[in-house]
Amino acid sequence: MVTKLKEVDAVVIGVGLTGPMIAKELTMAGLTVVGLERGPDRRPHEEFVLPRIRDELKYGARMELMQDNSVDTVTFRNNSDMTALPIRRWGAFLPGEGVGGTSNHWGGLHWRYLPTDFKLKTTLRERYGANAIPADMTIEDWPLSYDDLEPFYDKFDKLCGVSGKAGNLNGQKIDGGNVFEGPRANEYPNKALKSSEGGLMYAAACKSLGFHPFPAPFSAASAPYTNIYGVTLGSCEYCGFCGRNSCEANAKASGATNVMPVLRSEPKFELRTRAFVTKLNYDKQAKKVSGVFYTDMKTGEEYEQPANIVVLAGFVFSNVHMMLYSGIGEPYDPKTGKGLVGKNYCYQFEAPATAFFENKNLNPFMGAPGDAVIIDDFNGENFDHTGLGFFGGGYIRGGSGGAPPIGGRDVPEGTPSWGSQWKKETVRWYYHVVDFNTQGSVYANRANYLDLDPTYKDSVGRPLPRLTYNGTDNDHKMSAYLLTKVDAIIKAMNPSSYEIRPRPKMFTVVPYQSTHNTGGTMMGSAPGNSVVNRYLQAWDAHNLFIMGASVFPQQPGYNPTGTVGALAYWSVEKIKTDYLKSPGPLVHA
Amino acid sequence: MADIKLPRREFLKGAGVGAAGVAAAASGIAACTPQQSASNASTGPDARQVLTPEEDAFFTAATDTIIPKDELSPSGSECGCVTFIDRQLASAWGGGAKMYRTGPFLKGTPEQGYQLPLTPHQFFVAGVRAANEWSEKTYGGKVFAALTPEQRIEALTAMQQGKAEFNGFDSRLFFQRLLTITMEGFFSDPIYGGNKNKASWRMLGFPGLPATYADKIDEYRNKPYVVAEPQSIADFS
Repeated sequence: MVTKLKEVDAVVIGVGLTGPMIAKELTMAGLTVVGLERGPDRRPHEEFVLPRIRDELKYGARMELMQDNSVDTVTFRNNSDMTALPIRRWGAFLPGEGVGGTSNHWGGLHWRYLPTDFKLKTTLRERYGANAIPADMTIEDWPLSYDDLEPFYDKFDKLCGVSGKAGNLNGQKIDGGNVFEGPRANEYPNKALKSSEGGLMYAAACKSLGFHPFPAPFSAASAPYTNIYGVTLGSCEYCGFCGRNSCEANAKASGATNVMPVLRSEPKFELRTRAFVTKLNYDKQAKKVSGVFYTDMKTGEEYEQPANIVVLAGFVFSNVHMMLYSGIGEPYDPKTGKGLVGKNYCYQFEAPATAFFENKNLNPFMGAPGDAVIIDDFNGENFDHTGLGFFGGGYIRGGSGGAPPIGGRDVPEGTPSWGSQWKKETVRWYYHVVDFNTQGSVYANRANYLDLDPTYKDSVGRPLPRLTYNGTDNDHKMSAYLLTKVDAIIKAMNPSSYEIRPRPKMFTVVPYQSTHNTGGTMMGSAPGNSVVNRYLQAWDAHNLFIMGASVFPQQPGYNPTGTVGALAYWSVEKIKTDYLKSPGPLVHA
Repeated sequence: MADIKLPRREFLKGAGVGAAGVAAAASGIAACTPQQSASNASTGPDARQVLTPEEDAFFTAATDTIIPKDELSPSGSECGCVTFIDRQLASAWGGGAKMYRTGPFLKGTPEQGYQLPLTPHQFFVAGVRAANEWSEKTYGGKVFAALTPEQRIEALTAMQQGKAEFNGFDSRLFFQRLLTITMEGFFSDPIYGGNKNKASWRMLGFPGLPATYADKIDEYRNKPYVVAEPQSIADFS
């Protein structure tokens, strides 16, 4: 028995990061909005406080903030010939749940994509020839430009109180910032964090090689800050517990911290937690979604929530799953290349390195992701790919700190992993580590995609989403190239010893790598090449809008959240200015 | 205790830091002696929730081999690792909370990750039994806990390399999980029953809480930040 509820103006599925942002903007425009969150409520003043938050076992090892795999998960295989098996507990990537979602535990590295990233296909053809792009590389141009998005990047910066140093203000290049970035209208809201000692060592080496180091852009305020909704944020404490955890200082941006405090008191907004949306109610004839079905996970009761506007604001897997299970659009088939839902699943191709410096004292427990230093010389089209045999790239980060004791004890290669010798080496090196990471792009390939699993079901009986993914030759070559640069930089730092860890040939879901999963409901210029248009509006249902990285055609060499936030503001602006006045397709096919 | 070769002192010597820092570190280490041996406690804070005597003996021997008592720290069990394991296996996590446990349970490839139907608690119950059966077969009827220290090292090495042929169980996977949970017990906040007296934090020089360093980044640039006494969650509660 499904209980049909009273219609609301808008329903937002997922009260993570973009969900609260959209809900806030729509309530400001006078709409009644219901937010349906599968996980628990998370109230920062109760949950993310001292001393309980400084618990590496609970948050880091036991993954307190992550999505409950027993409710639903993802099945995985490396290629279409294999049988996919369920991810029984998260490993390689960590979708969050509860109010604030994945933004509660993200690392906070806050980026804009390069202007050329938005016209990737066109740029590569122009620079390297009409036939330069391999046939199996299914990359596309984004249906909007960097300039279109810039004001919304700016607004999102001011929601988060981002700390950093501009390298391009209105076209003027600024030394010490990222000189490769697209032009910004404004400097970052807050000054960059203080760089770690390891970061300064890295910066010096990069400069000696002629590269362009700058402080990491970080989505936490370096000084007290009041954001665009009047929420007062604290400043970063460099606590060293950022990974997989939230922020007791109220500094790291999240939906729970930066939007919910004002949204909760908004009478036009209603939050329902443990509300697990199972299906969109799709009217194919009318090309509309009349509402959503959800199960109250506190009681088991099923509800239908009708709404004039439906905003899908879950994590990548949930968004794509919802589209496939609700029968909206045509599922992608890698054999024929037809269909679009599930197509162009991408990931982040990260590969790390570690160097040990006997004579440096680097206080490994201090730090924040924003105290690292970065070079962008080998990202995207910032360098010439002629003769390299691959496309893409990534930024390269170096720094020290943020190493709590369970997860942060590096020892030189060849050290035993237990026993007296292990202990001696652990103590010997704990204070002396600088670590590096390459944030490699993933350019879409026709073999990598999402669909519905034929065997495994979730807790409410739906087929699980199935991920078919492996690293491509292109991306492996790209990553190997970035690591040659890391090697040169580390050598210039003159360490006692170091280790570079290339990616394994086969992608594995076991060790943590990156939660930068993208694609599956890609945005594009026409219904024939995409699931949503440039305003994130579904081609097949004009009152359905899809937020998040599932709309990316491919994944550049940066963390996705900056662009996820900017796209949400870009989309909701169009909803407010045009769609509400005249509901219907915002782009005519 | 004053004569013990201190990790912090060793470290500080290498760094050329003056005597005041050494004294602070030494006073921190001095309180490191465990109050009681975890292995034979039947009442009090180390009373067992789920471990059987056989499992208790196995984990005591195993954690003392993985983390041997030496000048850097007490042994694994002295630091409470067995108490930690007992409580973790009795916890919601040990019971398989937030774990997808629907079949079919197929073997899969290493890239597809853990595919057994066992919860962490069930995994260790089965694994300890399999390890002891293998030990009895290999070492003339002796369970792991009855082996000499040298034999224990040899046995754990065989498991780590996957050379120990357990009956119906992957010894390499068993060892990986044993190593992980032992290290978690050694290094986590003492609130979970391990890391007694913050022994591992003293050993590393990890200050614990409150971890507010905004004013210390510049002051301690390329200089070790040393606290006399690391602080844990309980110290702030």
